[in-house]
Amino acid sequence: MTATALVDLRAVTRHVTLPDESTLEILRGVDLTVGSGEHVAIVGRSGTGKSTLLNILGLLDSPTSGEYLLEGTPVGRLRSRALARRRGDDFGFVFQQFNLLQGRTALENVAAPLLYARGKQFWNRRRLAAESLARVGLGDRLDTRPEKLSGGEQQRVAIARALVRGPRVILADEPTGALDVETGRAIMTLLDDAASETGAALVTITHDLAIAARADRQFRLAGGVLVPVHLDAPVAVDETAPVSTEVPA
Amino acid sequence: MTGVVGAIVEAWDELRIHRVRVLLALVGVACAVTAITGITAAVTMFGQAMQEQNERMVGRDTTLEAWSSGMGAMATPAETDALVDAVAARYKISYHSVNAYADLAVRGGPDGTYVEWAAVDPDRGVITRQGLDSGRWFTAADADRLAPVLVVNRAFLEAYADGAPADTHPRVVIEGATPVAATVIGEVPVQWTEEGPRAFLLFDQAARWFPDRLSVDSYRFWVPPEIAEELAGVLTRDLAAAGAPFVVQPPMTDHLVLDKVLQYVVLGVGGFALLLGGLGLLNIALVTVRYRIREIGIRRSFGATSGRVFFGVLMESVVATTVAGLVGVVIAVAVIKYIPIELVFGRPIDDLPPFPFDAAAVGMACAVGIGALAGLIPATYAVRVKVIDAIRY
Repeated sequence: MTATALVDLRAVTRHVTLPDESTLEILRGVDLTVGSGEHVAIVGRSGTGKSTLLNILGLLDSPTSGEYLLEGTPVGRLRSRALARRRGDDFGFVFQQFNLLQGRTALENVAAPLLYARGKQFWNRRRLAAESLARVGLGDRLDTRPEKLSGGEQQRVAIARALVRGPRVILADEPTGALDVETGRAIMTLLDDAASETGAALVTITHDLAIAARADRQFRLAGGVLVPVHLDAPVAVDETAPVSTEVPA
Repeated sequence: MTGVVGAIVEAWDELRIHRVRVLLALVGVACAVTAITGITAAVTMFGQAMQEQNERMVGRDTTLEAWSSGMGAMATPAETDALVDAVAARYKISYHSVNAYADLAVRGGPDGTYVEWAAVDPDRGVITRQGLDSGRWFTAADADRLAPVLVVNRAFLEAYADGAPADTHPRVVIEGATPVAATVIGEVPVQWTEEGPRAFLLFDQAARWFPDRLSVDSYRFWVPPEIAEELAGVLTRDLAAAGAPFVVQPPMTDHLVLDKVLQYVVLGVGGFALLLGGLGLLNIALVTVRYRIREIGIRRSFGATSGRVFFGVLMESVVATTVAGLVGVVIAVAVIKYIPIELVFGRPIDDLPPFPFDAAAVGMACAVGIGALAGLIPATYAVRVKVIDAIRY
């Protein structure tokens, strides 16, 4: 538990109604607090609600019940416009499939979030985007389109895009899921370092225990319930050690 | 400020990225705007050509024609003309002309050749837009010349002047009690093939040289259209009162009906073309938005509000059709500027109407409007998609 509660979920649930009118409970009474600069990992099998939790954290989805406080502000009271603004100002997303905008160069992709910024960030968007790409080691690929980049490079572009507005929280949904082990580790190192440099909180969803072990705190999501777990960090000691993908029970 | 600029930048980027798809849809819009603007301009020119053609026959808009009522005792042609001049002066009618027949023979020429004479005033040239192939039309000063001057057609020159051009001022002799040599000063265009000799001479000279060979047929008054109807009645009354029993016909308005019909046809064709263009654009816009659902979701994760997404998608369509509209107007301007008028309308247009900028404005407004309409449905669709569903799309 860190000093400042940047993100605070209290007894959050999320239900959906299925076509046969039955109710599917995705999240059941989730409590989660993330402070500024903290790195948190959430592991769990597919279909356990990890992405739903991340969407709620990133203001892309709303809880069915419970409370979500963002720096003490109840998110449920924010109107959609204010929610969108806070989403853009405070959160940076890194997706498993990169989700880069096709047809645009790396620079245009990274500059895209700045189209929704105001003031200097908007007017200086190309310069800021170039700086962000340089930070992830792609300063020489500004005009390259995503389809011409490798998977690792595409994820670097996605990370540069997530960082470009200086978010308070970076939400990474399986950021290494589409990459080989080595590239995945390099990307996580980059993500960890970038988050540490900027002081942003990092919430990572992953199947990979080695990736999860790099975080300050780890949680396991199973049956819609979030429970803290303690993982060692084998990759921090030996980068070449075999990695288990089994989620501890 | 940044929101609006950002939306326009975003819209322009989208158009740039999807330019092939958009371009195909916009060809229809551009063609429609070209059609609306260009056809309107062409119809305006056609109307002007028709009007000028009509004016060559019956006089400019609005020319009142006065015909002898056949009632009451007629004065001599010269006396009648003086009475009509006085009435025209009373109402400050700047241009009016008599049209009188003359029964005159010209010395020489093939046997059995008959000359169609018309004794007129100099104003007749202005009233009927009298064009000339060579030489000049009558002036007021010509009335003071001792010998008559003539404006004739090619058949007249061929028959009586060995085909000499009018600007060499050939002379012919008009027979009568006192034969007189007349000078040709101008040549009028041929009206129809195989037309016979025609000749104009000044009424004042004809009245002086051949008073008993003249017969006044009618008068023409060029008056402002807005008071033409009223003036017709007033002139009839005053001419009768002055001893010149002429009935002034009210102005003809048939050509106005034709103009209206043409305008409706143009609007109908242009509107239909624009509708087709708009439907094409709507189709493409819908397909593009479905294709871009994931991208819209990603943009929502960047902080794009639903309003911004709506405005952005709408703007794409509006920006696209605005550009297409501009292209359409430019094409229409180019086509109209370089249209071979003589080839299309058969003869040159004296008063070429200005490019119809109101039609261009209507075309542009229609293009923007159709863009907004075509953008409305995909924009609504884009906003209704849930963000998390869109990202996973």
